[in-house]
Amino acid sequence: MKILVPVKRVVDYNVKIRVDKETNAVDLNNVKMSINPFDEIAVEEAIRIKEGGKCDEIVVVSLGPEQSKETIRNALAMGADRGIHVKTEHSPEPLLVAKVLAKIIEKESFDLIILGKQSIDDDCNQTGQMLSALLDCSIGTYASKIEIENDSFVVTREIDGGLQTIKLAKPAVLTTDLRLNEPRYASLPNIMKAKQKTIDEVDPADLQIEMQPKVVTKKVEEPPARIGGGKVDSIEDLVDKLKNVSGVI
Amino acid sequence: MSILVLAEHNNEILKEATKKAITAASKIGDPVHVLVAGTDCANAANDAASTEGVEKVLHAENSQYKNMLSEPISELLIDLMSEYDYLVSAATTNGKNILPRVAAKLDVSQISEIISVINGKTFQRPIYAGNAIATVESSTDKNVITIRTTAFETAKESKSTAEISSIGIEKNPGLSEFIEEKVSGGERPELTSAGTIVSGGRGMQSGDNFKLLESVADKLGAAVGASRAAVDAGFVPNEYQVGQTGKVVAPELYIAVGISGAIQHLAGMKDSKVIVAINKDDEAPIFEVADYGLVADLFDAVPDLDKELEKIQK
Ligand SMILES: Cc1cc2nc3c(=O)[nH]c(=O)nc-3n(C[C@H](O)[C@H](O)[C@H](O)COP(=O)(O)OP(=O)(O)OC[C@H]3O[C@@H](n4cnc5c(N)ncnc54)[C@H](O)[C@@H]3O)c2cc1C
Ligand SMILES: Nc1ncnc2c1ncn2[C@@H]1O[C@H](COP(=O)(O)O)[C@@H](O)[C@H]1O
Repeated sequence: MKILVPVKRVVDYNVKIRVDKETNAVDLNNVKMSINPFDEIAVEEAIRIKEGGKCDEIVVVSLGPEQSKETIRNALAMGADRGIHVKTEHSPEPLLVAKVLAKIIEKESFDLIILGKQSIDDDCNQTGQMLSALLDCSIGTYASKIEIENDSFVVTREIDGGLQTIKLAKPAVLTTDLRLNEPRYASLPNIMKAKQKTIDEVDPADLQIEMQPKVVTKKVEEPPARIGGGKVDSIEDLVDKLKNVSGVI
Repeated sequence: MSILVLAEHNNEILKEATKKAITAASKIGDPVHVLVAGTDCANAANDAASTEGVEKVLHAENSQYKNMLSEPISELLIDLMSEYDYLVSAATTNGKNILPRVAAKLDVSQISEIISVINGKTFQRPIYAGNAIATVESSTDKNVITIRTTAFETAKESKSTAEISSIGIEKNPGLSEFIEEKVSGGERPELTSAGTIVSGGRGMQSGDNFKLLESVADKLGAAVGASRAAVDAGFVPNEYQVGQTGKVVAPELYIAVGISGAIQHLAGMKDSKVIVAINKDDEAPIFEVADYGLVADLFDAVPDLDKELEKIQK
């Protein structure tokens, strides 16, 4: 079995971003970047499947600028086998990412594609679902457990009401939820080894995809600030304020 | 500008989230039609038909729509979308699961979790866990949109009843199979529609201690929520999680107990009307968004709160 894991380079989850009022965009200067946390979980899951003897090769792919190679190296250091870097100025919109991924999958087939459920920068939560449509294959979003059977996957999904278990035909696209696993840290020897692993470069122009976005961002603003910081001294004080000032109880 | 809304229901009535999606759809344009798909869901179709803003209900009865599996529902929606300009749904796990699959088949982008409609092509949506608001513009004729339920009102009951038309498209791609669902449910109101929410974090120390919160919640008619740390530690099930990657809520009153206030948690609750924080660390970031912060040990404060509420109930 071959597994493809798309990984995105995003602002680190610990960073509180700022909006630059002059450029009407999020200020990304000197901001720490990392692999999207959900994608790290996807890489970890693929590695565990391989360690369980059910996968022969894990390929990671990232669309983005030159620095996306670091994100790929990251995944290779965790234990993925090979990387593909699709060089774009910045990460394109989900539909375009899905189209590029579909082309790559057309060239070399994969039995399982594991993506993150959402990128923590654009919060789109779309790419995996779109990819499954383009491939006409099954989709299992928000996975918190993946079991592999001969020609299918049994997936437990986190849904609004609780947990749902479904069985998906192979090949399948899955997206990860937070509780699927806890990603490992790359060990120093593995970081060294990862430097020897191949990262192929792909020019999106060679894929014959119209890379024009269909939705454009006109401006980015800070949300209205919430004025908090109020304190109460005691529970009596709290209950009194909730009842008589705010009128919410 | 015809709009199709994908409904979620429990066979009897529409989910409140869908009624909010209907409000958002009405802001985009008209006519607004609603698809109610499932088995034995005629009552839900009736509920949709008597919701303000709805001009027509499409009622699709078929066993393959029962569990809202993505592949068969998407197939149905793709067929229907030849007649519509917009597809709208609430950004629930079902909406988020199904709509992008339809969008890709229509070769359009999806606009996720809009919080406002500026015009038929321009929308606002939060990005970076709500730390920025993007205004985005679509260039395609057809559009697929999910809505953040906290940003729209619930559509009211209408005096007239819309036409219900039964549709029978049967195309099962047969790619997925439902096995089971574990829904905790219970007596308490649902998180996303509750007027009051009492949430606990890692500071609760155990699932057992959540009983303290449940007692308070019962007195307030509140739902119980949690931080990711509390869910990860196994104190409560996953569907309790509030935040960037859990549920986004905006109740009248949100009480955060033993929750530090990480960016990802704030993303899910900072639009609540009144926020109360109980935390023993006076520097916890949750206090920055709280209207009423109480620096105290929760194991003293929560039982006290419980007693105080009991007093005013009498
Ligand atoms: C990709 C990603 C997505 C995430 N999504 C979410 C999400 O959707 N929702 C979410 O909540 N988190 C999310 N997180 C996790 C988030 O970053 C925090 O780790 C989490 O919110 C912390 O939970 P907490 O506040 O309960 O725990 P902690 O940060 O450990 O805080 C516990 C608090 O309890 C207080 N406390 C302890 N004992 C007591 C006591 N006896 N009395 C009073 N106070 C006490 C402490 O002072 C502390 O402030 C996400 C993280 C990542 C990386
Ligand atoms: N530029 C990218 N390169 C590689 N994978 C991506 C990229 N953008 C999105 N993805 C994948 O798609 C998932 C969902 O992203 P999104 O739909 O943007 O929320 C991410 O978790 C990644 O697995």
